[in-house]
Parts: sequence; C-alpha cells; structure tokens
Amino acid sequence: MTSLPKGTARKLGLVIDLDICVGCHACVVSCKEWNTSGYGAALSDQEPYGDEPTGSWLNRVHTYEVTPSDAPAQIVHFPRSCLHCENAPCVTVCPTGASYKRVEDGIVLVNEDWCIGCGLCAWSCPYGAREMDQRAGVMKKCTLCIDRIYNENLPEIDREPACVRACPTRARHFGDLNDPESSVSRLVQTRGGMDLMPEQGTKPVNKYLPPRAKREPLESFASQRGDSDRNAGSRSAGLLDWLDKALERLG
Amino acid sequence: MHPAASVIFFTTASGAGYGMLVLLGALAPSGLLPTDRWFGGVALALALGLVTAGLLSSTFHLHHPERAWRAFSQWRSAWLSREGVLACLTYAPAVLFAASWLYFEALSGVWGPITAGMAILTIYSTSMIYASLKTIPRWHHGLVPPVYLIIGLASGAVWLVAVAAGVGEIPGLLLYVALAGIASAAALKLLYWRSVDAAAPSSSPGTATALGHIGTVRQLEAPHTVDNWVMREMGFSIARKHIRKLRRITVVLGFAVPFVVLGGLAAGSLPELPAALLAVVSVSVGVVAERWLFFAEARHVVALYYGRVSV
Amino acid sequence: MTAEHSQPYLDCSPKVSDEIRRTTCYMCACRCGINVHLRDGRVRYIEGNRDHPVNNGVLCAKGSAGIMQHYAPSRLRTPLLRIGERGEGKFEEISWDEALDKAVSWLASVRARNPRKLAFFTGRDQSQALTSWWAQQYGTPNYAAHGGFCSVNMAAAGIYTMGGSFWEFGQPDWERTRMFMIFGVAEDHDSNPIKLGLSRLKARGAKIVGVNPVRTGYNAVADEWVPITPGTDGLFILSMIHELLEAGRVDLDYLLRYTNAGWLVIQDSGAPDNGLFARDANAEPLAADRNNGGVAPAKSVRRNAALQGTFRLPDGRSARPVFELLAGKYSHPAYAPETTAETTGVPAGQTQRLAAELARVAFDEAIVLERPWTDVYGEQHTTMIGRPVSFHAMRGISAHSNGFQTCRALHLLQILLGSVECPGGFRFKPPYPKPVSAHPTPNAEFQPNQPLAGPHLGYPHGPEHLLLNDDGSPLRIDKAFSWENPLSVHGLMHMVISNAYHGDPYSIEVLFMYMANMSWNSTMNTKGVMEMLSAKHDDGSYVIPKIIYSDAYSSEMVAYADLILPDTTYLERHDCISLLDRPISEPDAAADAIRWPVVEPDRDVRGFQSVLLDLGARLGLAGMVTADGSPRYTDYADYIVNHERKPGVGPLAGFRGTDARARGRGEPNSSQLERYIDNGGFWIENIPEEAQFFKHANLAYQEWAVSMGFFDRPHPVTFALYLEPLAKFQRAAEGHGERIPPEHLRERIRETFDPLPKWYAPFEQELLSESGKLGKFPLHAITQRPAAMYHSWGTQNAWLRQIHGRNPLYVPGEVCDAVGLEDGDWAWVISHHGRIKVPVARMNALNAKTLWTWNAIGKRKGAWALTPTAPESTKGFLLNHLIHELLPPRGDGLRWSNSDPITGQGAWYDLRVRIEKAQGEASECEPRFTRQISPVGEGPEEVAYGEEWST
Ligand SMILES: Nc1nc2c(c(=O)[nH]1)N[C@H]1C(S)=C(S)[C@@H](COP(=O)(O)OP(=O)(O)OC[C@H]3O[C@@H](n4cnc5c(=O)[nH]c(N)nc54)[C@H](O)[C@@H]3O)O[C@H]1N2
Ligand SMILES: Nc1nc2c(c(=O)[nH]1)N[C@H]1C(S)=C(S)[C@@H](COP(=O)(O)OP(=O)(O)OC[C@H]3O[C@@H](n4cnc5c(=O)[nH]c(N)nc54)[C@H](O)[C@@H]3O)O[C@H]1N2
Ligand code: SF4
Ligand code: SF4
Ligand code: SF4
Ligand code: SF4
Ligand code: SF4
Ligand SMILES: [Mo]
Repeated sequence: MTSLPKGTARKLGLVIDLDICVGCHACVVSCKEWNTSGYGAALSDQEPYGDEPTGSWLNRVHTYEVTPSDAPAQIVHFPRSCLHCENAPCVTVCPTGASYKRVEDGIVLVNEDWCIGCGLCAWSCPYGAREMDQRAGVMKKCTLCIDRIYNENLPEIDREPACVRACPTRARHFGDLNDPESSVSRLVQTRGGMDLMPEQGTKPVNKYLPPRAKREPLESFASQRGDSDRNAGSRSAGLLDWLDKALERLG
Repeated sequence: MHPAASVIFFTTASGAGYGMLVLLGALAPSGLLPTDRWFGGVALALALGLVTAGLLSSTFHLHHPERAWRAFSQWRSAWLSREGVLACLTYAPAVLFAASWLYFEALSGVWGPITAGMAILTIYSTSMIYASLKTIPRWHHGLVPPVYLIIGLASGAVWLVAVAAGVGEIPGLLLYVALAGIASAAALKLLYWRSVDAAAPSSSPGTATALGHIGTVRQLEAPHTVDNWVMREMGFSIARKHIRKLRRITVVLGFAVPFVVLGGLAAGSLPELPAALLAVVSVSVGVVAERWLFFAEARHVVALYYGRVSV
Repeated sequence: MTAEHSQPYLDCSPKVSDEIRRTTCYMCACRCGINVHLRDGRVRYIEGNRDHPVNNGVLCAKGSAGIMQHYAPSRLRTPLLRIGERGEGKFEEISWDEALDKAVSWLASVRARNPRKLAFFTGRDQSQALTSWWAQQYGTPNYAAHGGFCSVNMAAAGIYTMGGSFWEFGQPDWERTRMFMIFGVAEDHDSNPIKLGLSRLKARGAKIVGVNPVRTGYNAVADEWVPITPGTDGLFILSMIHELLEAGRVDLDYLLRYTNAGWLVIQDSGAPDNGLFARDANAEPLAADRNNGGVAPAKSVRRNAALQGTFRLPDGRSARPVFELLAGKYSHPAYAPETTAETTGVPAGQTQRLAAELARVAFDEAIVLERPWTDVYGEQHTTMIGRPVSFHAMRGISAHSNGFQTCRALHLLQILLGSVECPGGFRFKPPYPKPVSAHPTPNAEFQPNQPLAGPHLGYPHGPEHLLLNDDGSPLRIDKAFSWENPLSVHGLMHMVISNAYHGDPYSIEVLFMYMANMSWNSTMNTKGVMEMLSAKHDDGSYVIPKIIYSDAYSSEMVAYADLILPDTTYLERHDCISLLDRPISEPDAAADAIRWPVVEPDRDVRGFQSVLLDLGARLGLAGMVTADGSPRYTDYADYIVNHERKPGVGPLAGFRGTDARARGRGEPNSSQLERYIDNGGFWIENIPEEAQFFKHANLAYQEWAVSMGFFDRPHPVTFALYLEPLAKFQRAAEGHGERIPPEHLRERIRETFDPLPKWYAPFEQELLSESGKLGKFPLHAITQRPAAMYHSWGTQNAWLRQIHGRNPLYVPGEVCDAVGLEDGDWAWVISHHGRIKVPVARMNALNAKTLWTWNAIGKRKGAWALTPTAPESTKGFLLNHLIHELLPPRGDGLRWSNSDPITGQGAWYDLRVRIEKAQGEASECEPRFTRQISPVGEGPEEVAYGEEWST
C-alpha cells in the first residue's frame, strides 16, 4: 500500500553542510556513476553527444547568489536530492503502490516493476527530487544508496551513500536522524539544521546546515601584544625604531 | 505545468460525458427529459463514448500503459486511483440504466440516480487529482472541484441540447439547465481566476533554499545547462499576453457564445439543430482552452529552485 | 477503511563487481588514487582509494565521470595520416608501422641536419622525466612542457625564493593552521587535497580568507572575501607587509636564522656589482655583527647580524643589510593601505585588519611542538615554534605579466611571518625544498646526431646562463632563457607556433606535440594560431612543414596535425608519477605512484610513452638502444622499472633492490610494478619525526633526503628575501658584464628585475594607457576552472557536459545596468585584439570591474564526436579569442610577447575589455568556425551505462 507507515524505526537521511559545500558536483557524478548500474533501471542520457544532452540524475547542485541588506552579495552552493520526507506526498499520491516509504528506515523508494510512469509523484514533490527516466519510463529518485548502506559485498566502512563517500569537503553526512545521539542529529542540534519549504508540510528527514555568518572581526595592531614596539609613525627616530629593542629582546 | 494533450482531452471529454450522465440519470427518470429510445440511445451512447475516449486517452501519457491496471490498487490514498476505480464502477449502473431505458423502457428505478451520483463522484475525484497537489498553488484551491463539476455539467447539458435537437425538439427545462450551468461555470471560473491571481505566494526561493534569513536568494547557476525532465514537465510557463488571450477565448467560446445561442433557442428565435451544434463546438473549444490554461498557468514550487522568484 | 502499510522485499546486498584494480586517476593532474571496480571485463564503478595520500578516498566530479571518458566515442582508434587540408580533419587510417616509419624518417633527417628544426612540446604531461630525457637524447634545444603558459611564475618565484612553491612543492599545515589565505584559486591541481584541507579548517574553526575578484567556489565558503581587482595582488600583499613593518610584527629570529635578511648588499651605484651581495674571497656572503659592527661571513655571524645600518666593507665600500633595504622600501607611504586601496579595490581598513590578524595569529597564537631537532648549523632545539598562518595561491596571481614579483611578494609575506616550514604554516613536500643551487642550469648547445649536454630546463643564476647565440639572439624557438624572459624555467609553449610561423627567431621543420590542444583552448589568439598552423608559402607548402601529434581523443588539435599517434586512455596504460618529475609527496612523507592497464585497449592504440621509447630506439638515441642497436626497453613499463638516472635512482623510489626493501636508492627490482600494484598503486615513506619541519635547515631531514637519493649532499636553503640573480640582470641592463641585453629591453629589465618584490601595472594595461586607449577597455576579463570540467577534454564526457554544456559571461550588476544588459542578453566583448559575441548573466558577488566565464567550454564544430550544432559550439565560447600572444603593438615593429618579463609566463589574466549590448536576436556565439570532419564519427543518440547490471 502506498499509505505511509505509521512511523519508522529509524529515519535514515543526509545532513548537508552549506557552510563548506563548494559546489564541485562530486556528489552529483558519483551518485550517477553508482546508481546507473545499481538499484533499478540505468540512469539513461538522451542526446549525450548531441544538441540537448540531458538525462536522469538523483542529485543536483545549484548555485545561488544571496544578497544581505547590509553586506556584499555572497554565493551558496546547494545540493538537492530526495529528502526522504516523513510525510511524503509522493507516496500517498502514487496510484500503483510503486512509491513507498520503508518502515524500517524511512527510505522512500520506487518499486520500478509496478511504476506506470504517470509522473504524479514528481508533481507532488516540492523539491524536484524525482526524475522520469526517458528510456525505462519509470520514476527515478535518490535511494539513499540502499544497495550500498546494507550491502554485505562492500566493506563495512564503505556502507554509506556514494555521494557521502565522494564529497571532498565532507559536506555530506549520513545517519539516523531518529537517534538523538547520532552524529547527524548532533550536527543538526549544534548547527541549527534547517528544513526546506517547511510550509509544504512534508517533514523532510534530510536537513541542511546553514552557512556560518561571514566573520570580519574588528582588529588592529593597537589591540595586540608587542604593540610597545609599534613605530610612532615618525621616521625621525630612525628607519625602524622598534627594531633595536626587538633585537635586544632576542638576546 | 506542461499541458499534455492527452490529459486535456481526457478531462474535457470525460467531463462532458459524465456531465451528460449526471443530467440523464437525474432528470430522465422523472420524465424531465425526452423519454424516447432515440434520445436515450444517442445521448447515452455519446456520453459513454466521450467518457471512454477520455479514459483511454488518459493512459496515453503513461510510460507503461500495459501496467495501467495497477493504478486501481491505491484507492485508499491516491485520487488517481479513486478516479480510475470510480470511472470503471460507473459503467455498471450506467449500463443497467441504459438497459432499463432502451430495452425495458422502464426509466424509473434506481439506476439513473445511482449513475448520476457515481458520475459526480468521478468528476470530483478527477478534479481532486489536481486539487490535492499542494506543490501547485493554482491547483491546490477550493474552487477547482466545483469548477470541474459545473463545467462538466454545463458542457454535458449543451451536448444533450444538441442531441435533443437532433432527434426531436429541445425540452425547455434542458435549455434552462444548460443556461444556468454555463452561467454558474462562468461565474465560478472568473471567481477562481480572481482569487488565484490575487493569492499571496506560500513559498519563495528563500523558503525553498532555507537561505531567506541571510538575504534575497537568486539562482546564479543551474545544476545543468540543458533543461531536464523536471524543468520540461514542471517549469513550463507562458507569457502574460498569451494568458490574457486564452482567458478571453475561454470566456467567449466557452461561456458567452453558448449562452447567447442557447438563449436564442430559448427565445425560439434560432434554427434548433445548427444553433445547438454551434453551441457544442463553441463550448468544447472554450473548455479545451480553459483546461489548457489550467495547466499552462499552473506553476510548480520546484521552479523556485530554478530561478523563479514566485509561483 | 484503515490504510495498513506493506512493502516489497528488497535484496540490499546485490553483487558489486568481480574485481577491484587500484590505480591512479588522470581526469586531471591531481593524481588521486582510485579503485576501479570491474565487472564482466568492463568498468562498473570508480571510487577513491581510502589509503591514498592524495585523496584519502574522496573523488571529484571528473574522477567519478571516468567511465564516460574511458568509453567516450571521441577516442581515436588508429594512427592517422592527413589527406585533406590542415584544419579540415580529413585523414586516412594507417598502421603503426607506417606511422612510426613516417615519424622516424621526418625526425631522423632533421636530427642529422639541424636538430633545432624539431620543436617537441608537451601539454598535460605527467611523464616529463621521460619526455625531457628523450628530447635531450635527441639533441634538439627545443623542448618544454606547458608550464610556461600555465603557472611558471608560481613555480619559479617559489624555487628562487625558498626552494619550492605551492601545490606539488608544498601545502598548508591543514592540521594546525589557524588562519588561511587563498589567493587566486578556482580549482588548482590539488583539487581534492585543497577541499579536504578546507573542510579540516572549517571543522577546527580556523579562519579562511579568499582573495579573488570572484566569490564562487572556495571563495564562497571563505569566512572573509577580498574582492581584489585583477593584477593588483602584489600591491595588496606589499601593503600588508607595510603594515607589519610599521608595527614591528615580523619574526626577526626566524629572519636571522633562515633568510638573507642580514646579508650585506653592496651600495656602490654605477659599479658592476652594485646591489650584489658583498662576498669574501671564497664568495661567502658577508654580514655585519650588530654587537661590534665587524663584517664577517654571514654563516658565522648568523643571529648576531645587524639588520640596519651602513657598514664599511674590507674594500672600503659601504654596504647595507637586506632587511634595511627591504624595510626602507616597504615602509614607504606608497605602500600604505590608504594609498593602495584605489588601485587594488581593497578598502584600506580591510588591508590593515588582515595584516593585524595575520600578526596576531602568527605571534600571539604561536604553536609550540615539543619536538627536539638539530639544525644544519649544529644548533640543537628543544621545541618547534609554529606560526599558524598559511597561504595558498595559483594562477590568479601568477597568470599576469607582474606575476613573478607578485608570487615573490607572497612568499616574502610568509617568510616575514616566519610561517614557512613551521608547524601551522606552509610545509614543503619531499624532494622539496630544493634550492636553485641543487637544480641544473639550462642547456641548448646542439650538434647533428648528438644528445644535448644536459637538460633543457634549469634555473639560471645570472646572464651567464642565458641560452643565446653569439649575436645575443635566442637559441630556442620559444626564446626561453633569452633577454626577453631570462628566467623562463618552464619554456614558453604559448610562443612556439607563433614564433615558428614568423621565423622569429627561426623557422622549424617538425612540430611534435603531445597532449596539448594548441589549436583551441590551450592557446592565446586561437583564431590566429589556427591560421598560422594552416598557413602556406607561395609554393603551396606549409609554413610549419610537418606536425606530429599524440592525442587520445578527437580534439581540435587533431585536425591540424599531419600524423596522429593515438594514445590509450588512462586506464589502459602504464604511467609513472615520479619523484624525478612532479611528485605526489606529503609534508610528512615521500610518495610516488603508477598507472597500469586495468583494462586492455579495444582499439589499435598505444601508450605514448612506449611509442616515444620505440621512436627513440628506431632513431638510435643513446640510452634507448643497447650496444648492438636493439631497443633497450620493450615498453614504458620496462623503462619505469629498469631505467636509472644515476646509480640506484630510477623513476620509482619504492620497492627498489632485489629484495624490494630499498627505498629511494637501490638497484632495479624486476617485480617493482607488482609490488606497487599490491600496495594500491602507490608507495609512501614517512619522514622521521624530528625531520618533519624546518626541512630547509633541519639536519635530520637533509640527511634523510640524501639517503633517499633526492640529493647527493645536503642542500639547505637560505630563503631569499633579496634575490641576487635579479640584481645581476639589472647590472647587465646597465651595461655591465660580457652579456648585455639589447637596447630595447634594457629599461624593462632595469625596472622589473627588482631584487626585492615590487608591483608594477600589468603590461597590457600599461601599453593601453600609454597609447591613451585604456579608457576604451575599462574592464578586466578572466576565466575560472569549473570543478566539474577539465579544460577541453571534459566536453566529450556525456555526464560532465550536462553540467557545463555552455557558458555565459558573468557581468557585475553595475555594469549590466550601465550597459543595459539582462540575463540571457547577448553582448559583444571587445579587447585590443578581437571581439566575441556571447550570452551574459548578471552577478553581484564579483569585483565591480571584472567579467568572467568558465574556461574552455566552447568547442569547434565537429570536434569531440559531438554533433556540429552542440551547445558547446553555438552557445559556448572561449575568451582566448580576445587574448593575444603579443602585447599591443608599440610601433617599434617588434613582437613583444604577452608574458611576464622575467619568466615568460603567459599573461592570460591581464586582459582588458569593454562590453556592448548585441542588437537583434543572437542565436550563436562569435567568432564562428567551419566544422572539422570527425575521424571517429558522432556519438550515439542515447546512453544507459550499466543497463546490463542494474538490478
Ligand atoms: N576541475 C578542474 N581542475 C583543474 C583544471 C581544470 O581545467 N578543471 N585545470 C588544471 C590546470 S591546467 C591548472 S593550471 C590549475 C589552475 O588552477 P587555478 O589557478 O585555480 O585555475 P584558474 O581557474 O585559472 O583560477 C584562477 C583564479 O584566480 C582568480 N583570478 C583571476 N585574476 C586574479 C587576480 O588578479 N588576483 C586574484 N587574487 N585572483 C585572480 C580567478 O577568479 C580564478 O578564481 O587548475 C588545474 N585543475
Ligand atoms: N582563456 C584561458 N585559456 C587557458 C587557460 C585559462 O585559464 N584561460 N589556462 C591555460 C592553462 S594553465 C593550461 S594548462 C591549458 C590547458 O589546455 P590543454 O593543455 O590543451 O589541456 P586540455 O585541453 O585539457 O588537453 C589537451 C589535450 O590532451 C588530450 N588528452 C587527454 N587525455 C589524453 C591522454 O591520455 N593522452 C594523450 N596523448 N592526450 C590526451 C586532450 O584530448 C586534449 O586534446 O589551457 C590554457 N588556456
Ligand atoms: S561533493 Fe560535497 S562539496 Fe561538492 S557539491 Fe557535493 S556536497 Fe558540495
Ligand atoms: S523529497 Fe520529494 S520525493 Fe523525496 S520524499 Fe520528499 S516528496 Fe517524496
Ligand atoms: S510515476 Fe510511478 S511511482 Fe510515480 S506515481 Fe506514477 S506510478 Fe507511482
Ligand atoms: S544517497 Fe545515493 S542515491 Fe541519494 S543522492 Fe546520494 S548517492 Fe545519490
Ligand atoms: S582531482 Fe578528480 S580528476 Fe583529478 S585526479 Fe583527483 S579524482 Fe581524478
Ligand atoms: Mo595549467
């Protein structure tokens, strides 16, 4: 049934740190690379060498310019994939039962053998996280690398999503957001993890950590030790009147 | 939203078909419509034909129509499923209603009203497929189901008028029902437009990215340099001037022209069949325009990630 | 009805692969370790190697797209011989024997008659140890890799100043640094390491400052952004130095110990040795003892050296310490932040604050490591003092005509803060630091059928090491090591085609290139260069008679070559990332690595290095043939294992000796490659604890380096605040010495060869203002590397081109409003040299005088197995059409190269432009080019990689 489970034992998801994401797209491509021969149909590409190259991806990275009222414009790089919402409209809207949320870990998946490719789930997703594969005609979405995180054919340490493993800035964290003690939950706690479009009522599991405030602390030599040596400014005292004193202290 | 021809035909055709079934099922048994087999036969055939054609075309936009049967399974949660189930269930009373009318010539009985009721539910569930989508503010609106219903009824009525004109003369009541339907359809649609045009956006690039607290958010670079499926499907948007033009077409052909023509008929000042057919053509084109706009004007919140400042 | 939940059964442990082969990535020059998962003999998946020192398991977008590169339809399939016109792309397929015979016949005749008629230049070459050796054995003076247009300013300034630079030479102490400033970096070569490092800094809450006209990428995540105006970093840095000197916030003890701060500089204007170091009879530099004023060899005076004052030399002349000259120069008001703000675009307050912050972190937050060590002067230290400020920089400061001095200025700042090779500061990676004295000097003396006496590239100590004919004209085709660019230690690849075409200094017969797209994104003045490559004499023969080129893919350059030697992909061949070449060491360890054929080629292609050795053998080049004239090496793998530069030292330092236990030095080990493969494709050797810092002066490190075979004797480095070789060139420019620069270059050399870092306006700007045209070109235009695209070659990649299939020109909001531009509009961008029509996009997080775009997205129609109407060739563009390899004409009829006057580094980012709105509907970028015929056809309509395995 595509009705949502009453609750899920765990809430596996990603926590993405916008403070360090440099927009390098490593997570995007490693996701494509793992998943195109992983769960479900291949992530096909149309006109791959043609005029309108486009294909199915499960993770995409935007670049935004954010302009505060009182400071220069800044840039924030922004990865976007399925948030594995607790209250996932994409699941309840699915007429076939292909879309479902796993009761054990909350991962939202598409059972591609049942999918009729109506696209309704993508319409219902506020986050553009679902893409219809144009070759297989089924709906593709982030699987949270379900074929990695539990995969006994992979070494323990590699049982994490491909995007998390690849991210060169370690901006992506994977874990159980149901467990308050988990590293991801603590990150969310300490860094003030954010929901995307909370007003949509989807209750996303994935969280985003905000960019830290840009620091430009006031600082001057006057406020520092060694200031006693500071050149009065007048050259009269000799080129660098602090020098001899400083050298004396060297002994 | 990308206006898919198959879906537009589906909603308009089946809408009119179910509208006819509603009127036939509700009015015929109490003798408020012509009771002769000719009228009944043609009207029911046309109604079920429109419904069936619509339903079939709705499967065209599926990538896996061969699995369409699975779509009946989720009636507990999914409106598309409910719509499918109801659409199919409706055939049962409709067929029995037709049989009782055409074969036993026993019009009175439960099947007419039941057919009418089921038809109403079906149109309603069709409308709810769209109205239930929070992601598309212009669809997630209280007036969407009533508009779907009333437009279905109005266009259905106009069709019935034509049928009646074809097989005999048009009963006055039917004309007044049609006129009333058209008038209220127009009223509701205009009301709907005013309200959605005025609606304050619920989401913004700021809430979409959760970066609004820092400053105004603007996309500098998209994740890909060619539109992907999401953009083609949900990023669709049309220019203001086109919108205005199409709204005019809707009002004129969908409501004004049919209203005047039927009004003329009521006044007995027009040749029945040609006028009725004109009304049918006009209302159909108008409703298709209305439905095309319903999609084309609808903006999905995902567009906020792709540079739209509001939806 | 209650909705109960049910879900399908799922096998969460599907099979991944049959086998994992660990090798080295080559989607860029970073050289990360990769695990290549193979299934049914095909590549299933590529992931980072967690054990690898470079990337610790992470993998960038390019690396993850390796599959699409390896199976790209643009791969060349067989040797090709041109049958059409140059640039047309008409070829016939030939066999390897035919190809090699042809190459040998061309190369042999040139070698027998006049070896300099061969110009052999390589691009993204990771085997320069081999290619340079080959060229040396062949005997042409004309060899270099692409460093001359890439970032030689960075490398040369670093080596000359402190024995090493950034990237391969060293990196910040990511573990301990507390304030990090990054200048002019978009991606850099150490792509993953920088990202890993930045995240470690963030985790520790260290402050990151980005100095860059554009606020994307690393600058986006920086805590503070300095929106510098292009070409002015030198001034900004010297302004911070001004502040530090004024405040007396420099590390005097460090300066006295490790630099030439106390060395005496002769003050005798007009004398041939004015401005050189005062030296004793043994050429030992002298210093004055600040306690008694006595003048003695600097190494004996050391920490007692006087840093200011004027002292009498034994010969009666006067001299002053370097530090006083330095302090005198930079405390001048001309360097005050208030004065420089206008030019740099950096508010005075920000410059002052940053200088103060650097001082606070360096001195008030100093680190002390309890790690005893002994310096090369015999002094024992109980601790290691750390200055936790560090810096990194790349082409943003080096790709300018004032780049050498700007890079020097940055190193000066590091040294004044005492933050080089200390905990928390900048740390060298073995075999660096390596002083100029440990590097060769350049060679070019050639004779028919004879090897060159020594390597082509080296580090001149003065005019005596220039490569000149007796008439003072350049010996090399690129004019490297000539008066035009005396310290061009990487050559000037960007001038080769232009010079050869103009026969200036002379013409050539064979142009032999490897892995460089010189008819497109890799060259300045792209259109002009395409014309030069296809230009003919009246008799119909090509001005550049023969072009041999090795590429792996159907690039733009392929169309201009006469003979194509198709290479393999990086997964199909042996390679060697050698300490003799461009190391991948870490500050705490020496490391090198290999590539090996993890899959077999399915085409008639051969690894270029093996082909080069084959050619060498057929030409009978010394070292490549045995006594009986038969090939010395069967292939590159054989060479990697058995070649020795000096006894016991070969391409790979690991697993040497018959027992595979020797490191650094040791006789060849026939199973060496197997050992590397078992070890994950790399080898790493830790530096002993007490040797890990202050390497330039650390006894234990110097001894370790000798034991490893980096040096034959210790080579400590004295950091050069004052760079004497530059003073020597200044004297020559004044007419002193045997070798004197031609008249027209004297003033420029006097002005720019300042032994103390100086800032001068970039040449293009200078010349434009001289001719009163600067007003017409008020804006700067620059490019950035996209993280998810590698120059031209990322475009053939079905995945990467979806991310960057076209590029807009980013224009500051103010400029948009002034010119009336909106997103999606098209505009003309005009430089002194050319005009391009491009789509624009508005941007505010950007220096207000600067336009920028992504580099190398634009493609020629027909290249890379793309459709001729692909977006890259209609809505993608190159800025290169606006950049000339020459400076704006001065009316003297001379060809002034658009390069740094000291190193010859291409001044890509000196470009000045204006922008105008393009009228009418524009659909395609300009200039447009004819379509090149693809020797490999076009790629398929659809790709669904891995379909056969997907579950
Ligand atoms: N992904 C990827 N990685 C690459 C490459 C690639 O093509 N793709 N190319 C490789 C190669 S060949 C090289 S040489 C390296 C180059 O590595 P980078 O030096 O990072 O390459 P650029 O993109 O030239 O970066 C120049 C940066 O300096 C800024 N800039 C320009 N002018 C100035 C200036 O005057 N002052 C300052 N402070 N900044 C300035 C630009 O905005 C840009 O951010 O990257 C290597 N790594
Ligand atoms: N406007 C502007 N222009 C620039 C720069 C800039 O910042 N701005 N940067 C400059 C710099 S720093 C550099 S280094 C150059 C880089 O420019 P190039 O050196 O031209 O680098 P690519 O175009 O990436 O690759 C060169 C060729 O190598 C080929 N190749 C790839 N893999 C292999 C292989 O395995 N074997 C062989 N034989 N060939 C292979 C590719 O097909 C391509 O034709 O661009 C320069 N051009
Ligand atoms: S890999 Fe990491 S840093 Fe790069 S875009 Fe993805 S999240 Fe950001
Ligand atoms: S992000 Fe979209 S697809 Fe993912 S669970 Fe939420 S609604 Fe469904
Ligand atoms: S596309 Fe597939 S998964 Fe999505 S709603 Fe339709 S049937 Fe369900
Ligand atoms: S979790 Fe796996 S599927 Fe989801 S975005 Fe990351 S890599 Fe892609
Ligand atoms: S940075 Fe990326 S492309 Fe370059 S070597 Fe490393 S993984 Fe490969
Ligand atoms: Mo480069």
